[in-house]
Amino acid sequence: MTSNQYQWRRDRDGLGVWEHRGQVAIAGYGHSPVDRRWDGVSMDQTLGAYSILACQRAMEDAGVTPDQIDGIVCCDSHIAGGSGGSASQWAPRPYFDPPYDSEYGLTLINGEWLAKTMNLPNVKFAPTGVPTIGEMVGLAAQAVGDGVCNTCLVIYPTGNLEGRYRRGGENADDYARGVRQWTVPWGNHGGNDFINIFPHNQYCLKYGGQHDDLAPFVINQHKNGMLTPWGFNVNHGIEPITVEDYVSSRYILNPLRIWDCDRPVNASAAYLFTTAERARDLRQPPVYVLNHSQHNFRFRTTQPDLAEVEEWTDRAAARMYEGAGLGPADVDIFNPYDGYAIMTQFFLEGFQWHGVKRGDAFAFYAGDISVKGPHPFSSSGGNLGNGRTRTAMYTDSIEQLRGTAGPRQVTVRAETALCAFTTPSSGGWLMLGKHPG
Amino acid sequence: MPKIIPVPDDLSRPFWDGVNERRLLLQHCAACAKLQYPPQPACQVCGSADGLEWKEVAGQGHIATYIVIEDGRLNRRMPDQPYNLALVTLDADPTVNFYSNLPGLPPYQVPVGAAVEVMFEEVAPGQLIHEWRVVE
Repeated sequence: MTSNQYQWRRDRDGLGVWEHRGQVAIAGYGHSPVDRRWDGVSMDQTLGAYSILACQRAMEDAGVTPDQIDGIVCCDSHIAGGSGGSASQWAPRPYFDPPYDSEYGLTLINGEWLAKTMNLPNVKFAPTGVPTIGEMVGLAAQAVGDGVCNTCLVIYPTGNLEGRYRRGGENADDYARGVRQWTVPWGNHGGNDFINIFPHNQYCLKYGGQHDDLAPFVINQHKNGMLTPWGFNVNHGIEPITVEDYVSSRYILNPLRIWDCDRPVNASAAYLFTTAERARDLRQPPVYVLNHSQHNFRFRTTQPDLAEVEEWTDRAAARMYEGAGLGPADVDIFNPYDGYAIMTQFFLEGFQWHGVKRGDAFAFYAGDISVKGPHPFSSSGGNLGNGRTRTAMYTDSIEQLRGTAGPRQVTVRAETALCAFTTPSSGGWLMLGKHPG
Repeated sequence: MPKIIPVPDDLSRPFWDGVNERRLLLQHCAACAKLQYPPQPACQVCGSADGLEWKEVAGQGHIATYIVIEDGRLNRRMPDQPYNLALVTLDADPTVNFYSNLPGLPPYQVPVGAAVEVMFEEVAPGQLIHEWRVVE
């Protein structure tokens, strides 16, 4: 089955409260180590080995055995590295002994490879064509809620290979084909840096403020990352940056600075979804799924502008809040995506977390957003604080609701959490709760 | 350094043919009177495919904002760095926008809000692209 053959998405306005609200739970999670790159020879550090490790840790955390797994939701891969495009594979080199006798396990991971390699005998749901984690968690939640499977692993591998980020492949081409004919001739190679930097500039013009007003947010992400024991920064001697570091850092797409961009890494994470009823009998306190929602908004022209981005994030917020039966004042933990720092204010304001309205984000960043303060924004540290795993937002939300976030544990109420890997135009949101209702 | 060369396809060929004749042709939906760029198989507003026609528009616009590419990923453009990348809105419909390197303007010295007009630049023999310059 491909993911598109199963009508699981909640990607329209006005769908009402999710029919499985509080009936699905996350019962476990696991992380691999987070390395900068795979070195091409260490077989215990391949993306496959790390995905298996993450699954084992998630099952151990929940207290379930491999024979109890009946669902796997895994996307093929999201590889950084030298080649252009969303997924670049290793190279046409000789392979290794099984299970590394093909690209699978090295730069590609999928449910079939994992089920076979991990010897999961009872998997009955392992869809192909699965999108990124921002939507994978929604697919798993819906599948468990619908009874398509009962005990489902969600695995998100993010790889990184040798070479400067996406300097090869189509970015080395002298010609621009397909959708690239509308962007590349002028220097836009595509990606969320370009998509969001123009609306970000318009944001500064419309509401006042400057690009470097992002500094307190980026610095706080680094601080929170240093409080995340599995993250890249804390394990690789990445010191938290200062304001001086930030404002003197080099530009990539001026005004976008290097510190506004996440660091590609080689890692995997896994989450175990099951029914709320079953989760209550497992090892950890359940973290209930209160809603999942997705969006894929079309660009009306070449480049989205601020008005479009604000409309999209307003609609995404409305979908999520409606489906969860909650409003902005009900959300305790808020972990939006930060792969480029320039997009996060759109989410903060669209979801109106802690009353932040359009144009208020920079002033909010300048206040106390530390995890011990009254507004513990993005307590995960996100990608900027932990490397480009795209999973910190989910793991931190689970830990905050369990009360196990350690030095990141917030001091305000932590009974609901909203988390995402999403851009303004596409992706998904997940609302979690300490209680099912 | 030369810019990267667009490769027309069936959908975009009328547009690029127009550019090669130094004309700016956009899709226009007869059903809802909306201009559309880049070209699509159907109108993004009303969904009509039959109503789409090519219409020449006045190449006049304004600079909405800009960035300066200092460390981009495109091999062919690296020697040009740093260079401007502006967002130009079309006066005939400001919801339609274009990219421009604003040929002739030094990097970082972009007059946001200024009026611009279309021009055409050869990127390969027989292949032009649409560019924009500030109206003096």
